[in-house]
Amino acid sequence: MIEIRWHGRGGQGAKTAALLLADVAFETGRYVQGFPEYGPERMGAPITAYNRIDEDPIRVHSNIYDPNFVVVIDDTLIEPAKVAKGVKSGGAILINSKKSREEIHARLGGYKGNFFVIDAEKISVATIGKNFPNIPMLSALVKIAGIMDEAEFVSGIEASFHHKFATKPEVIAGNMAAVKLTLQEVNA
Amino acid sequence: MIRERLSGNEAVATAMKQINPDVVAAFPITPSTEVPQYFSRFVANGQVDTEFVPVESEHSAISACVGSQAAGARTMTATSSCGLALMHEILYIASSSRLPITISVVNRALSGPININADHSDSMGARDAGWIQLYSENNQEAYDNLIQIVRINEHKDVMLPGMVCQDGFITSHAVENIELLEDEIVKTFVGEYEPEHYLLNPNETISIGPYDSSNFYIEHKRQQAEAVKNAKRVVMEIGKEFEALSGRSYGYFEEYRLDDAEVAVVIMGSAAGTAKETADRLRAQGIKAGVLKLRMFRPFPGEEIAGALSHLKAIAIMDRAESFSNMGGPVFAEVKAAMYDLETRPKMIDYIYGLGGRDVRVESIKTVFDALQEIVKTDETGDVYRYLDVRE
Repeated sequence: MIEIRWHGRGGQGAKTAALLLADVAFETGRYVQGFPEYGPERMGAPITAYNRIDEDPIRVHSNIYDPNFVVVIDDTLIEPAKVAKGVKSGGAILINSKKSREEIHARLGGYKGNFFVIDAEKISVATIGKNFPNIPMLSALVKIAGIMDEAEFVSGIEASFHHKFATKPEVIAGNMAAVKLTLQEVNA
Repeated sequence: MIRERLSGNEAVATAMKQINPDVVAAFPITPSTEVPQYFSRFVANGQVDTEFVPVESEHSAISACVGSQAAGARTMTATSSCGLALMHEILYIASSSRLPITISVVNRALSGPININADHSDSMGARDAGWIQLYSENNQEAYDNLIQIVRINEHKDVMLPGMVCQDGFITSHAVENIELLEDEIVKTFVGEYEPEHYLLNPNETISIGPYDSSNFYIEHKRQQAEAVKNAKRVVMEIGKEFEALSGRSYGYFEEYRLDDAEVAVVIMGSAAGTAKETADRLRAQGIKAGVLKLRMFRPFPGEEIAGALSHLKAIAIMDRAESFSNMGGPVFAEVKAAMYDLETRPKMIDYIYGLGGRDVRVESIKTVFDALQEIVKTDETGDVYRYLDVRE
């Protein structure tokens, strides 16, 4: 089983990314869970979202405390959300930030595992035209965690976008460009 | 069979689409809001021919349901928490008027303090209102139960309203795999609603809900109790019929590794899967752990539960609601009463757990099994009324 924990702020798309990942992983024939954990319902409040992906049916309905991968969409959450907590050995943390690896590492509280710093804002602005960091972070996760074959992901996410953005198809091209650019730029 | 991935709320809305009720009247409240939201889209898109009535409160929603079901229309609604509490007065009108209305309840804590997350205090507050209550572990069961309860409610020997419960956010907002039935299969399974007596029947003029004097009231209550008794039989019959077309088995409860178990937990809702996982892990260490997952809380299957648990050494009953009796929660009270008539019975303790969405982990359930093993070892029950994972 692969377990993933997402940290973001309300409005940044952490929940959407978790649900899209559940969607594309489902299409590969596996069992999935994608769910949010809400605090107070307001824009900007920290939110956590989770994924489980497995070959067998998933019975546990609890939050995830020892994830294989953690995705941080907002680097101001690194300390307050204790993002490095519980990460399994062999796993990794992916952080959206413009800061250097050294600066980020210093803030991870002695974390010794793998981590990746990704400028998702840059990718998003270059492709979508606005700062929507969740799709680049999702794409980076799929590549780094090796959740599925890249081509399978690209076609799966496109199908999901057509479903999700049925009423605003004009945003699909930009999001697909963000997916492809991330897959090129990120070194797993 | 259609392989899909849906949240619990999407699953319920999909079941409603396939059932295609005559009337849905609803008022939004977190976390059930999405159910009427998705459903109103089906109405707008012409995918159902339901009359959708957006009302100004839950009291109005269930009142509109009473009116339309009395008129002879198959009627449904969805609600949570304080919404169900605001319906309270009318829940009794619905059941005593023998109106087989269906509510999809997305369980959420009652205020206060105000909280939007899962526990069973809302539906437990309605437990004596004369409604059938089925609880769901996941999106699949929320979907399957909703399809079945329409048939149970409308059965001529029952004619009672019923609610299908699932845990707010934990399953209502979690996207998981699900197997859907084809539209035609659901349509055939639920069939047409053909009430014997209804207001819009020009050949039989009747009055519904008039004053009932002391000379008749208790007889009507006795008939209502008989209908609840009949519901027990019908739940099983409909479960068998549903299994024949879905392959998924439904009874009063699920017995998980209970046959040779020495210790077990009794649990309802989303934490049941977590409990089964815990039992498996303990079995791997040689501990004879089992789980009884309760699906039907009203009517309460007391005799059958006593039969399934009589051989155990110690059991923990898990309550996701307080009843402030100072004697444990509502499930505990029922299970303990059901066990009383046994010659010998296991030691029983109660845990209040998961209130206001407090997360229930494998590690949490493990501490419950640890406590049960301690009881078996020492032969001392200790405090029967306990809280799980609480800071004191």
